Amino acid sequence: MMSSARLEKDYPEDIKSLTTKEKLNKVLTGNTDPCKLLDEVCDLKKSGAEIIIDALLKEGVGVLFGIPGGAVIPIFDVLYDAQIRFILTRHEQGAAHMADGYARATGKVGVCIATSGPGATNLVTGLATANMDSVPVVAITGQVFTTMIGNDAFQEADIVGVTRPITKHNYLVKDVGELPRMMKEAFYIARSGRPGPVLIDVPKDVQTAETEYVYPEEVELRSYKPVYSGHPQQIKRAATAILKAKKPLICTGGGVIISNAADELRKLVNKTNIPVAATLLGLGSFPGTEDIFLGMLGMHGTRTANYAIMESDLIIAIGARFDDRITGRLDEFAPQAKIIHIDIDPSSISKSVRVDIPIVGDAKNVLHELNKIVDVGNYGNWHKRIVKWKKAYPLVYSDDGGLKPQFIIKEIYRLTKGEAIIATEVGQNQMWAAQFYHYKNPRSILSSGGLGTMGYGFPAAIGAQIGCPGKIVFDIAGDGSFQMNIQELATAAINKVPVKVAVLNNGYLGMVRQWQELFYKKRYSYTSLKGNPDFVKVAAAYGAAGILVRKKEEVAPAIKKALSIDGPVIIDFHIDPEENVFPMVPAGAATNKMIGGMA
Amino acid sequence: MKHTISALVENKSGVLARIASLFSARGFNISSLAVGKTDDSTISRMTIVLDADEKILEQVVKQLRKLIDVIKVQDLTGQNFVARELVLIKMDATPARRVEIMQIVSLFRARVVDVSTRSLSVEVTGDEKKIAGMLEVLKEFGIKEVVRTGRIAMARGDKS
Ligand SMILES: Cc1ncc(C[n+]2csc(CCOP(=O)(O)OP(=O)(O)O)c2C)c(N)n1
Ligand SMILES: [Mg+2]
Repeated sequence: MMSSARLEKDYPEDIKSLTTKEKLNKVLTGNTDPCKLLDEVCDLKKSGAEIIIDALLKEGVGVLFGIPGGAVIPIFDVLYDAQIRFILTRHEQGAAHMADGYARATGKVGVCIATSGPGATNLVTGLATANMDSVPVVAITGQVFTTMIGNDAFQEADIVGVTRPITKHNYLVKDVGELPRMMKEAFYIARSGRPGPVLIDVPKDVQTAETEYVYPEEVELRSYKPVYSGHPQQIKRAATAILKAKKPLICTGGGVIISNAADELRKLVNKTNIPVAATLLGLGSFPGTEDIFLGMLGMHGTRTANYAIMESDLIIAIGARFDDRITGRLDEFAPQAKIIHIDIDPSSISKSVRVDIPIVGDAKNVLHELNKIVDVGNYGNWHKRIVKWKKAYPLVYSDDGGLKPQFIIKEIYRLTKGEAIIATEVGQNQMWAAQFYHYKNPRSILSSGGLGTMGYGFPAAIGAQIGCPGKIVFDIAGDGSFQMNIQELATAAINKVPVKVAVLNNGYLGMVRQWQELFYKKRYSYTSLKGNPDFVKVAAAYGAAGILVRKKEEVAPAIKKALSIDGPVIIDFHIDPEENVFPMVPAGAATNKMIGGMA
Repeated sequence: MKHTISALVENKSGVLARIASLFSARGFNISSLAVGKTDDSTISRMTIVLDADEKILEQVVKQLRKLIDVIKVQDLTGQNFVARELVLIKMDATPARRVEIMQIVSLFRARVVDVSTRSLSVEVTGDEKKIAGMLEVLKEFGIKEVVRTGRIAMARGDKS
């Protein structure tokens, strides 16, 4: 036997940093003393913190967004050496939205991490946003020691209780032995079925406790079994209804994008020639550049799409949930239509509108099966009527007055050739971005549709850009919303994330002001944003580029310049302060009672 | 209309909170809720009674099914099922009135479970009608306290 002194000399490298496999390999190839490594190799014990990081690696997580704190230091200590990119945000809300933007843009699970108490509660808006829009996000939070839970300990918040109604599921890990299974389940639940956010709350003593660790290969959940394939009989009924219909309309929603069913939808339309309208989250599931596309539905949708849905005799809703912003006044919605509803979530079906042919299943599978048997009906007159509407009611705006936001978005569209990922904030900016950019591809618009979260767009854009480094990513922002997470400029600048922010600066909480103008006698109660900072200077202070634009002719050069800069850029567009979003369905009115926006 | 829903759920901490929070978040109104372990100790049975129209009921059932920890949900209403509730009633009972109360108790096949100088406690099980009937009659004598388990229910026949 060789002396151990000799071994030290021969094998000086730090074996601790090797993987188990590498260690075993060394033993097997005779490159090291088996006795010395035996303990190392056989020791499967890992701490909770190590398990969390290892599980993230096994789930293919390449990037993590968050902020450390007392209750997650053990996790951060392991993270320090791990092959995971960490993005230190400046607010946990930013981290949650970044994970969300990353997930929407890539289709992968986005992951964020925060400490206990205030760190965890700062995630809440981000989780609620992801929950409403079915975005797969896993949030890891630290928690006080298990022995302290319930004692109002320093930085204790019952985050599992707080987030119960705004997550798809959540866990409090009381014993390190449960952690591997819970990590595995969390990722599985987040991305399967109707996706959504899952939170795992890990007390600090669980992070340091050790257990024999094997990451589970499979998930066993007797109570959770999403249905992916639609019922063949129902699919047949749908095909028959499509053949018999005279005025069919496809209403495509976010579910089509989530299930990667854009190709199947394209085939269905090619086969049947049925016109397509989209919800806000459905934009990009069908190319917005095609003649057969009627635009967005709902409150600020096109007249054509809204008139069509009200006159249709067969609505084929795919991965859309008939949100009240789409239906308008419910009892007058689509009075003549039979409704086919394809959705993976049974609870979405017949929740607001009654459905005639429900098909529970994954949009991709169901459309694939439907395409095999569907046939085109006789829709000639319907197409004629739609062409008439499209001619009579294009989206228009008046060029009088100041710089027009609609023009800016059209220019962004032109100069990015419709290939950018557009994140939006909430308000008028969001609706203009939805109306005037034509989304050609799935995952090209990231917008808080369900919750309507101001401050979502900028961090979401950063997350998307990190997930899609080769893409151009724009945040179309309002001056109000942007200031809700403006601190993430530091995150973008330090990480050289080249997102472009187009601030449509109207000096107002514009959408609220618009409602006050139209429905509250112009009483602009607290909607002025007087006191806005100089956004160009703000950009400079954070080490980002800033460009001020006041005139129409400055728009294209500014966008081009922004695109040429390899880093974050804010373009501060001083737009016509009282420009409105039209057309519009006033709240509580039927969807075809639209006002404004006529040529 | 009153509906009786029977749900099998994972017997884990937090599940009851999840269900209660679902009901409050969606504005569903529960009349009663009874929970207990089944023969499989990892599973609990919840019997939920609620007043709702068909549309709301459909949502309740779907939303319950959507919860990760809920294994099975059945609406028993309209099926043939046995429903029972256990109620404890504490009566004002001076010795002079005891006999009268005891007669009523035996009429309803209830049982006396506690007696003291000024009160008498009885236990009764039965369906809603029987319990309402008994409470109505006992009201005359002065009820001090009522404690109810809420309804539990089971489908009749071989089905489970
Ligand atoms: C977090 C949050 N707070 C408040 C609102 C209500 N709200 C909706 S739109 C809007 C105004 C948004 O202003 P701005 O970002 O400047 O966008 P604009 O409408 O002017 O384009 C407000 C306050 C909201 N949606 N989200
Ligand atoms: Mg504004």
